Parts: sequence; structure tokens; C-alpha cells
Amino acid sequence: MDGGLRNRRILGWAATDALVLVVALFPVLWILMLSLKSPGTVTDGRFLPSEWSLENYRNIFEQDVFTRALLNSFGIAAIATAIAVVLASMAAYAIARLNFPGKAIMLGAALMIAMFPPISIVGPLYNMWRNLGLFDTWPGLIIPYLTFALPLAIYTLTAFFREIPWELEQAAQVDGATPFQAFRKVIVPLAAPGVATTAILVFIFCWNDFVFAVSLTSTSAAQTVPAALSQFPGASQFTAPYGSIAAAAVIVTIPIIILVMIFQRRIVAGLTAGAVKG
Amino acid sequence: MAEIVLDKVTKRYADGTEAVKQLDLDIGDGEFLILVGPSGCGKSTALRMIAGLEDITEGELRIGGEVVNDKAPKDRDIAMVFQNYALYPHMTVRDNMGFALKLAGVPKEEINRKVEEAAKILDLEQHLDRKPANLSGGQRQRVAMGRAIVRDPKAFLMDEPLSNLDAKLRVQMRTEVSRIQSRLGTTTVYVTHDQTEAMTLGDRVAVMRLGELQQVGTPKELYEDPVNLFVAGFIGSPAMNFFAARLEGDRVRLPIGELQLTDELRRRVEGHGGGDGGRDVIAGLRPEDFEDAELVDRSRHAGGFEFEATIDLVESMGSEIYAYFGHEGEGARSDQISELAADAGGADIPRGDEQQVVARLNPDSTVARGERARLWLDSTKLHLFDPKTGESLTHSG
Repeated sequence: MDGGLRNRRILGWAATDALVLVVALFPVLWILMLSLKSPGTVTDGRFLPSEWSLENYRNIFEQDVFTRALLNSFGIAAIATAIAVVLASMAAYAIARLNFPGKAIMLGAALMIAMFPPISIVGPLYNMWRNLGLFDTWPGLIIPYLTFALPLAIYTLTAFFREIPWELEQAAQVDGATPFQAFRKVIVPLAAPGVATTAILVFIFCWNDFVFAVSLTSTSAAQTVPAALSQFPGASQFTAPYGSIAAAAVIVTIPIIILVMIFQRRIVAGLTAGAVKG
Repeated sequence: MAEIVLDKVTKRYADGTEAVKQLDLDIGDGEFLILVGPSGCGKSTALRMIAGLEDITEGELRIGGEVVNDKAPKDRDIAMVFQNYALYPHMTVRDNMGFALKLAGVPKEEINRKVEEAAKILDLEQHLDRKPANLSGGQRQRVAMGRAIVRDPKAFLMDEPLSNLDAKLRVQMRTEVSRIQSRLGTTTVYVTHDQTEAMTLGDRVAVMRLGELQQVGTPKELYEDPVNLFVAGFIGSPAMNFFAARLEGDRVRLPIGELQLTDELRRRVEGHGGGDGGRDVIAGLRPEDFEDAELVDRSRHAGGFEFEATIDLVESMGSEIYAYFGHEGEGARSDQISELAADAGGADIPRGDEQQVVARLNPDSTVARGERARLWLDSTKLHLFDPKTGESLTHSG
């Protein structure tokens, strides 16, 4: 009787999970299928390709536009993430540990900037960047990304640093550590899941951005994948570029999936368990 | 190992509140000193000032003869056990215990040797390669102790180290702490709000209230000869019974009867200003200073006073009986008594007009709930206090 009830509950959950998975993954699957169709059958309206082909993939990698864009995306997102995480760790540590005048205002301002609609600053930035020679360059994208990524990173990291019991740092100090040693040997390892989480969030934010990318770049000097995708040519003048776009979309999703897979454990691990009586 | 001297040490916060006021303490080399008091009395702040985790506003702190006011915690060579243990969760027990030695640049083999030695004392040998998350509360507590022991520091500072353990384990660890301290002979300052820990652990106990030191002495001194109402009420469990009383010459009128001061007590009261003109006082009697009148030795009987009371409640503990009875006299009123009641959570218990007294009686006593009983009290053990200042009038000093 008890077992039956249990089985039914498990079954119920399994059904719910399956439903969520289908709803979430169907568009992804659809794009994947689209990318595997041959250019001629892309618009045939079927779900499964009638002709399986890797031509779209071959096609995009043959084009300089895509490979350059991929490189730009990686470079810009990675640099922006690195800078944001380093600066935000220090800022967040200060906000979590120290009392200084204007702390609340600073956090409030950070939140405000994070909420700011990017589209509203794109116009002015376009003009400024052209005058400053930043238009269509890597720094030209890294800087606006940082302004939005930093508040996000500071916010997430502050929450994380607050969770680390302050006594741990004091214990390290009493144990003979300098403040920097305490930070490096105790706080940073404990904050690692938080730093990783933040890094991923920031990276994904930069990786996914379309508004800035499409407005502040014009050539493959700095064009990232989302921007490049919108300007994809087809295989020939007469074919729609859907197949290539789908293939490119699949390719840009892969790094995100890999990142989340690698870091998921660290994010979930909850390293602080057992530090204090819980 | 070293002595710790606090010389008029004061902690004042930016908003002007004083957590610790002019604290003078002289902790001898190898001594086990307990700092005790209700929450908010400044005991933890005092400890944290010794550790260097809290700045000293005024006064001087000397460890081993050296002024350390401006030294960072790492340069004071003291070890601290935190209330929540503060174990490094990402390190194994071995690394936790060896962390300080590693920072000090001690060679690896020596760290290992010392850690294993400490693990042996604390019975942690089989857990050395586990992480704190996989340990029980008692084991974590021992790792925290181990982290302090390994270093062989000048002093141990312990901030309520047992308060997170359940009652049974706490009693076990209490003896353990005491055993380790006497074995190592390291100067130890131990903060607690638990008067039982204070009484059982320390060589000397320092009672603090509202940032001020009330009395320092051996547990016995504090128990038998408290300087004021606060210390009298804080030390001892069940707590001392207080009565509103009137002192006239050498006689004291209590709500339960009138008794004669012994010569010794009269001399002490005179030393504290006397009571010739008659004055209101607060009388204090410990539960064990009462006895079932029938079970009192003939020889002792004369030194006491017999009275009758209706017993409200009897709690038999096996080795002793707690008998509760009421009296209709006025309750003893004093700021210090209300503070003690508030700390014990007693302020929330509705009491009515009747005043409760608890007496600890011989287990052979036949007193029963709801019945009249003849009780005897030992008048040589009477304490008298000034209701306004709370100062003891019977203190020997």
C-alpha cells in the first residue's frame, strides 16, 4: 500500500519533469533539426530532416564571418568576465565586510544600473564611440558590458560573501594569518562557488548580448556571433540563410552548455556546509 | 604561557555606548579564569579585546608583560575557540588543526607530529582526514579545541565553546576541557553565561554586569560571600531566595519570621554602616540553607530558626528534594533582581502577588504538596543587601 503510494508519487513527478523538459527543449531540438537539413530542404516544413546533412555547419565554418565572430565573442566575453569578477570580488568583499558611508547608496546605484534598459544608451554610445575611435573595437564592447555586468557581479558576490561566517576570517587571523592570507586561504576558496556562479552569469550575459553588439560594431573586427548571425548570407544568393543561422545558433549554445555542466557541481556543492553548527 | 593583565580596559563604540568599563583583571600564568555574566554584559567583548579582534578604546592590555594594545591578533600568540567553532569547511580536520603551524612556517613533519599528538589527546585520530561537514557537533567542538592546542600558544581564549552542544555532551566536554587545561597548564580565559560552567571549571570566576566587573574570586568565594545582589542571584542554581526584610539592631524581620543576627553577621553589618535606626534590607537565603525541621541535627538546631509554611510543589531529584512555598510578604525589589529575572526569562512568567521560595531538603523529608510543613533555616548563612545599591551588608571584605 505504502509502496504503491510512493510509486504513484514518483510517477507523478516523472510525468511533470518530462513535460517541463519537452516544453523547454523542444525549441532547441527544433533548431538542431533545422541545422541538420540540407539547404534545399530547409523550408520543407517538416520536423525531421528528409535529408540529413552537415552542410550548414561546413558552410558556416568556411565563412570567415562566423569564425571571426566566434573568436570575437569568446575574447570579448572572457575579458569582460575576468575584469568584472576581479573588480566585483573586491568591491563585494568590502561591501559585505566593511562599514563605510554611502554603502547603501552604492548598492542601490549598482542595482539601478543593472536594471537600466541598454537600448536607451545605445544611441549616445554610438556617437561617443565613433568620436573616441572605440566603434567596432573590442574595448568598445567590453566597456558597456562591464557597466552592466559589474553591478550584477557585485550583487551576486555580495550575497555570497555575506554567507561566509565572519568568524572564519577571525579564526584565521588568530591562527596567525595576515588579512590578505585570510582572504586568500580561507575566504577565496569558500567563495569559489560564488565566484564561479558569478563568472558564468557575467559570461552568459556578454555572450548573449545582441543590442550592443549589433549597434556598436560593423565589421568582423569586433562583431560577435549574435550580431554576425543577423547578417548571415545564405549558401547562395538565392537560398534563405535559415540553415546556416540554425547551425550557428547550435554552435553558440555549446559553450554555454559546457560551462554550466562543468560548474554546476561547484555551484550546487554548497561548500560552506559544516563550517558552523547548522 | 603567560599572564594576562587588563589595566582599566574600556571599550567604547562610536555611538558612545560602553560595552566594557574600566575592566581590571589580573590573570595569572597557567590560571583558568572564567568570565561570566548575562548576555550583553561585555564578557565576549572583553575576550575579543584580548584576542585583538576588537580595538581597545582606553586602558592597557599586557600579555606576558608586554603591552599588546596595538598588535594584530596574529602577533599576540593566542589561540581562540569560537562559539560556533569557525572550522575551515574546505580543509580536512588535519589541515584545520595544522593551519596555524603552516602559516608559521613549521616543517611538514613537525606539523603532522603535533597534529597527531593533539588528535590523540582529543580522541580524533580516526577523523583526521575528514571534513568538518562530516563530523558530529561534539567532534567539531574537539577539532576547534585541537586547533588551539596544537599551537602551544601563550593563552587559550574560549568564547562559550560548549553552548552549541546538547546538555549531556556539554557536561562531558566540560570535564574534558578542564582535564586538558590542567594537563597543558596554559593560561585560559573562558567566557560563558552558564553559571554551572563557571562554578565547575575555573580557578577563579569574574562576574560581569553591564560592562562592569562585579566580583572576582574562587567559585567558593563568590558563592558564599557575594559582594552584591547581582552576584548572589547569578551564582548558584536554583538561585538564592530574596526577601524584603527590615533590619533593626541585631534583629532581622523576614516575611517568614524574625530572627537574630549571629555575632559574626552583626559585626559585618556594623562594618557596612550598621542598622541601628532600623532600615529596609533585602535578605538572601540559598535553597540549601533551609531544611526539614525534623531532620536537623540537635547540635545545629540552635543556630537556626523554625517556621511553618504550606508547600506548593515538591520536586524530588532523588538525591535531594526541592520544596517550593510562598509567603505573603512584599517581594524584594531591586534593579539588580529584576535584571536577573529578565536574563533568566523570568520576567515573562506571571507570578501573582505571592512570593515563591525554594528550599533544598534532605531526600528523607516527608514534606508533601499542599500540606503544612515545619522548616528550619540556618541563620548563620543569612545574606543582607542594601535595596538601593544592591551592595552586600554581610560581605566579609
